[in-house]
Amino acid sequence: MEVARHWRLKKQRYAMTGEVCPHCQSKIFPPRDICPDCGEDARDLYQFSGHGEVYSFTTVYDAPAGFEAGAPYTLALIKLDEGPMVTAQLTDLDSRGIEIGMPVEMVTRKLRSDGERGMLVYGYKFRPLLAAAA
Amino acid sequence: MTPPSRNPTNADIVIAGLGMTPVGEHWNSSLRELALQAITATLDDAAGLRPNILYVANMLSPMLSGQTQLGALIADFSGLRGIEALTIEAAGASGGAAMRQAEMAIASGSADLALVVGVEKMTDRVSSEVESALSTASDVDYEAVQGATRTAQAALLMRRYLHEHQAPPDALAGFGLIAHANAVANPLAMFRKAISPEAYARAPMLSEPVTIFDAAPNADGAAAVLLARRGTFPENPDRPTVGILGSAVATAAPALHDHDDPLTLTAAARAAESAFQRTGLTTEDVDFFELHDIFSVYAALALEASGFAGRGEGWKLAQDGQGTRESELPILTFGGSKARGDAGGATGVYQIAEAALQLQGRAGEAQVPGARIGMTQCVGGSGGTCATHLLGVLEAD
Repeated sequence: MEVARHWRLKKQRYAMTGEVCPHCQSKIFPPRDICPDCGEDARDLYQFSGHGEVYSFTTVYDAPAGFEAGAPYTLALIKLDEGPMVTAQLTDLDSRGIEIGMPVEMVTRKLRSDGERGMLVYGYKFRPLLAAAA
Repeated sequence: MTPPSRNPTNADIVIAGLGMTPVGEHWNSSLRELALQAITATLDDAAGLRPNILYVANMLSPMLSGQTQLGALIADFSGLRGIEALTIEAAGASGGAAMRQAEMAIASGSADLALVVGVEKMTDRVSSEVESALSTASDVDYEAVQGATRTAQAALLMRRYLHEHQAPPDALAGFGLIAHANAVANPLAMFRKAISPEAYARAPMLSEPVTIFDAAPNADGAAAVLLARRGTFPENPDRPTVGILGSAVATAAPALHDHDDPLTLTAAARAAESAFQRTGLTTEDVDFFELHDIFSVYAALALEASGFAGRGEGWKLAQDGQGTRESELPILTFGGSKARGDAGGATGVYQIAEAALQLQGRAGEAQVPGARIGMTQCVGGSGGTCATHLLGVLEAD
């Protein structure tokens, strides 16, 4: 079930809350408390904009357990505007083609389901940046 | 002149025996039986030497076999009851990491004879369960939870590689072609059939742009190597003595997205640099390279990280006849993970056993002529751990 495990990550999963290093100003996501760039303590919370661009992408057909219902789905590496990269699914694609460098924005969606009596895990996915928001 | 302490022929940890099972779908053999087969073959090869310590390299047993404590299980089952034994896990780098532990056990003076067995049992489970288990080598809270699979992560890297380096769509085909051509000479390989460039072009897609010919098959298998301190046992006069010249393990972030440049295997670069530095050897000295080829893009990245090719140039070392057994830098001489088959945590042990066969001149039809120094490298997940070894033929004692 792992309820606590997912609950602990709610700020990251629902709001993309990361950290900023008070020493070198690096923006950090996922949060890790020790700055990966300068090695100093970095515990100051930082709110990411949820905007970024596609670094690479692919389609998953042979889905792992818990993800079969969503298959096939598009998985991507997203380079966030603030610097870090995240792994996330792309969603709301309609018929639009995906390209490396395409601007995207974060949305909250269902990530996985563990059967009728199991948990539904929600978190961030990314969609093409809407024209009105651009 | 090279100082004596760095003279590779002075290595005092040597290979006393080795053994491997065929790689494939072993419906009739359990995890422990596969390990036993490899251990029995190894101790026979070592003319009955008995190890002081056993390291079991395994990645997936807790998830796919529901079994932990493999050290005790396999020691007990293979007639080594009572000896010090434990599991070493570093995902796909488990085999090389266990070899590093064995080397350190001997170097420390704790043991004279250290046995490593790599064993993996994947085919008892359906593919979605295997994919889930394999995805635990990622950063589970931030990658696997997004539905990232090992295949998908290789696809992310491959698409970016081809894009960033403006390489042709079939740039990475050479690795699969070489692996399959070489596996024909390996009686233990899962796929002993060469493939053509045309077949590569028509291959079924797994995750764009990764096709089945870019991806190694998951398989069962076990390989074992007995390491010994030179001088504590009678060496076999009928074959050259092969020593561990350099052994290094390094790590990087397990999450692909935590790398400043995902197209640089920093753990592989660190491990290679460390192994070369300890031996005084360079890439020029390496006669063949058993590299990480679980997906074709990793083979290119491995060559680049280890210093054999510049950034974006690794794929060219599997083009135009390069990389074959007759070339300047033969790779995947027994078929690599792609065609020998990938037995997860056992892969690093297979690589070292294969390299030892090459250096002992026992590689049969797979023999690389005149091989004196070989390099092996296995990688965990999408680059979190890398184990690199340099092996070489030693002067007679």
